[in-house]
Amino acid sequence: MSPAVAIIVENTLQSLYTGLVLGCVYGLMCVGLALIFSVMRVINFAQGEFLMLGMYAALFVFTQLGISALLGPYVGPIVAAVLGGAIVFGVGIVVYEGLLRWITGLQVAGTEGEGHYPQLTLTLGLSLLLSNGGLIVFGSNPETMRTPMSSNAWELGPLFGSDITLFLNQARSVASVVALVVAAAVALFIARTRLGKMLRAAADNPEAATYMGIHVGRAYRLAFGIGAAVTAIAGGLVATYYPFQPYIGIEFVIVMYAGVVLGGMGSVSGAFWGGLTIGLIQQLSTLVLPNQLQNAAIFVAFLLIVLLRPQGLFGRSVERV
Amino acid sequence: MSRALAIIVAGAALFLGATWFVQDRYYQLMFTLVPIWATVGVAWNIFSGYSGLMSFGHAAFFGIGAYTVALLLVKLGLSPWFGIVIAGFAGALAGVVIGFPTFKLRGHYFALAMLAYPLALLYVFEWLGFQEVALPMNRETPAAFMQFSDQRIYVLLAVVLLVVALAINVAVARSRFGLSLLAIKQNELAAMGAGINPRRWKLKAIALSAALTAIAGGLYAVVLLIVTPPAVFGMLASAQAMIVTLFGGIATVAGPVIGALILVPLGETLHAELGSRIPGIQGVVFGAAIMIVVLLAPEGILPWIQARRARRRGADAEEALALDAATFVRASGAAPDSGAPILLAVNSVAVRFGGLQALHNVSFEVRKGEILGIIGPNGAGKTTLFNALNGFIVPSPGSVKLDGRELVGEPPFAICRAGIGRTFQVVRAFARLSLLDNVVVGAFSAEHTDGAAYARAREAIARVGLAGLESQLASSLTTVELRLMEIARALAAGPRLLLLDETLAGLGASETEHVLKVVEAIRREGVTVVIIEHTMHAMVRLADRLLVLDHGEVCAVGDPATVTSNPAVIEAYLGKKWAARAAA
Repeated sequence: MSPAVAIIVENTLQSLYTGLVLGCVYGLMCVGLALIFSVMRVINFAQGEFLMLGMYAALFVFTQLGISALLGPYVGPIVAAVLGGAIVFGVGIVVYEGLLRWITGLQVAGTEGEGHYPQLTLTLGLSLLLSNGGLIVFGSNPETMRTPMSSNAWELGPLFGSDITLFLNQARSVASVVALVVAAAVALFIARTRLGKMLRAAADNPEAATYMGIHVGRAYRLAFGIGAAVTAIAGGLVATYYPFQPYIGIEFVIVMYAGVVLGGMGSVSGAFWGGLTIGLIQQLSTLVLPNQLQNAAIFVAFLLIVLLRPQGLFGRSVERV
Repeated sequence: MSRALAIIVAGAALFLGATWFVQDRYYQLMFTLVPIWATVGVAWNIFSGYSGLMSFGHAAFFGIGAYTVALLLVKLGLSPWFGIVIAGFAGALAGVVIGFPTFKLRGHYFALAMLAYPLALLYVFEWLGFQEVALPMNRETPAAFMQFSDQRIYVLLAVVLLVVALAINVAVARSRFGLSLLAIKQNELAAMGAGINPRRWKLKAIALSAALTAIAGGLYAVVLLIVTPPAVFGMLASAQAMIVTLFGGIATVAGPVIGALILVPLGETLHAELGSRIPGIQGVVFGAAIMIVVLLAPEGILPWIQARRARRRGADAEEALALDAATFVRASGAAPDSGAPILLAVNSVAVRFGGLQALHNVSFEVRKGEILGIIGPNGAGKTTLFNALNGFIVPSPGSVKLDGRELVGEPPFAICRAGIGRTFQVVRAFARLSLLDNVVVGAFSAEHTDGAAYARAREAIARVGLAGLESQLASSLTTVELRLMEIARALAAGPRLLLLDETLAGLGASETEHVLKVVEAIRREGVTVVIIEHTMHAMVRLADRLLVLDHGEVCAVGDPATVTSNPAVIEAYLGKKWAARAAA
């Protein structure tokens, strides 16, 4: 293999790997957003801020609660991310009870626009409140949950008998495995448990679910809490390899929207694959596009997807005339 | 000058008067930003407020306007006086380019897709090397380059722009433009059925809205003298347009202005007073203010105040529709002879939903001037047949010819204009429009001027016996009034053929009599009627001929007496036992 070809192969494999591992974490964030959307039919603008809160919560647990000292630099960040998720679960419940409860559910079904204007406005306001509140509380300096894993890589290679070597960043690789496990756990929870069935019933037809004795408000609260927590866990994982500040939500919220739309809005497992695809698109685009256009590539891919395949992603039947 | 315009001009004069006494440059800037953001809000409202399509992406137009002005000045030395005009055209073009593909999407999908445009542009402009474009000062002829040492002139410019935007908004709200958009927003299918081409109006709206937004963006660039991608393409720019509008009141003319008057100074003052000590306080207060408004007054401040005032005044005594209960007399001789020319020819129409054959080989003819009744059990395909006739569904195979013109494949609004009007089984009213506005939507497709359309709408309302109720909101009408309103809306488009879908369902005896008389009168005036109905006894009295549909096939056609004694029909309706008894 000539050196020029070897470099191309190496770069491609490296991007593919990075796309896959980042994609798994993106997939997990998307699962959180998709869970909220599929059950409540609310586009949560503040989902990026839940991600941000997850990062700070994980950092807090890791450094302030002594998880770092107790569990060390390898297991510690993972546990911190999950515990951070638990904290944000509480935040999600409070947000639902205090705010969203009043403008979602059966009371808005059948009103103009199905109550979407107030929902969008409210979550937009929440997003502003949380990101700027974060600035006040946490300050604007970038933080990281630095561990030895962040800067170390496993070397894979030389491959193909030539000098192709892949560097697998430890923090990202571990994060992707954890993300896969958490996403699988969420999928199992929804598919197998009694509470999961309640969520699905409330998502399918809130009115009918009410007649079947399901407390739809409780289902919404649970979905919102879990959705926030799942995205927050993804945030905690990102924090192990990426510096963050209170405004970071907007960077990822588009990734989440793109992934959720790609996966077919309302499909929780689809959202994971959607997020994974976005990760791949983002990383593979760096092979042909300048680095600065990485995110533009996501938007273009996102637009192409919604414009070219809306029916395939819609999944809603024709309105009865 | 209309009252609305007088208020706008008076408000603008007041605002400018207040500006006169402001000496502090910082506050002068704030006085400039209020009308600029109010303009963006008004522009956003013209599109999203009236069409109901939430645009999260107006920053795309704002940024395009700002960069058009800045780059034309920096690269070509072109004065912003011209640059702003070009920015308006650039914005309109961007609106059409973005709108054309994106209008395929609905609801959440549309909103999210719009979000992607400005953010993609943001990265593209950074990549192009326009991270920070400063507008150069022109020392020789500053005024020719829109540069003034007295900042109050910028306030004047911004206020003039806002007044223009508001005047456009007022004109839009009162015209077929705004009403067509509201009709689309409230019920796109009904709007199409009433002859409105949704895509055309949406494109017009987004082009207009984008042009105004881009001009505001251009002025913003001139005022701030520096343009950066995050400032003009960023999420906050899009959010600001939505926030001032949703805060003040969506789909109201004054809403965005009220929102901007309260929120922009609030945010700027907080930023100036506390920003150094508590960074982000502006966003926190903004966010909290929005959430409080949403929870307390979900429609925005202005509608909330209006609702409170209306409640205090007490609801006006509602006029009840006095239905003429005189017995229905079938007008003898009104029925056309069988030699009347054929108006509608339906030939082997088939419709399939997945595995379900909803219509199979349906062929029949409708003669000019007759009333054809379509009956059949539930699920026989009656409404599907109507949907195939007016273009909501494209049959395959099948042919539907009106006066020899093939209609299959034409969109619903074109079929409406060709002369087929319809009503819906479930009444599709535009709930928040008045009776007159509901009906005039149908008249727009038949008349070119708004005045003629309103005259036609009033006449249609009188023809169905609802005169006097024109200003009532559709949401306050009774069932029979709504059904008559739908008939009036269909009539207003001047149809030759009227399709009535279960117009009598759920009506009481006297109400039924009234509607029957209206239908009979409509036929006497030369409109051919096809009516779907469940109740046989009304149909037997009304229809000249009956067509029985069963399991998607034509089971019998003929005069009422013959059809109702047809054993196959009795079986379809009542079962085998009854068929046997009738035969005995």
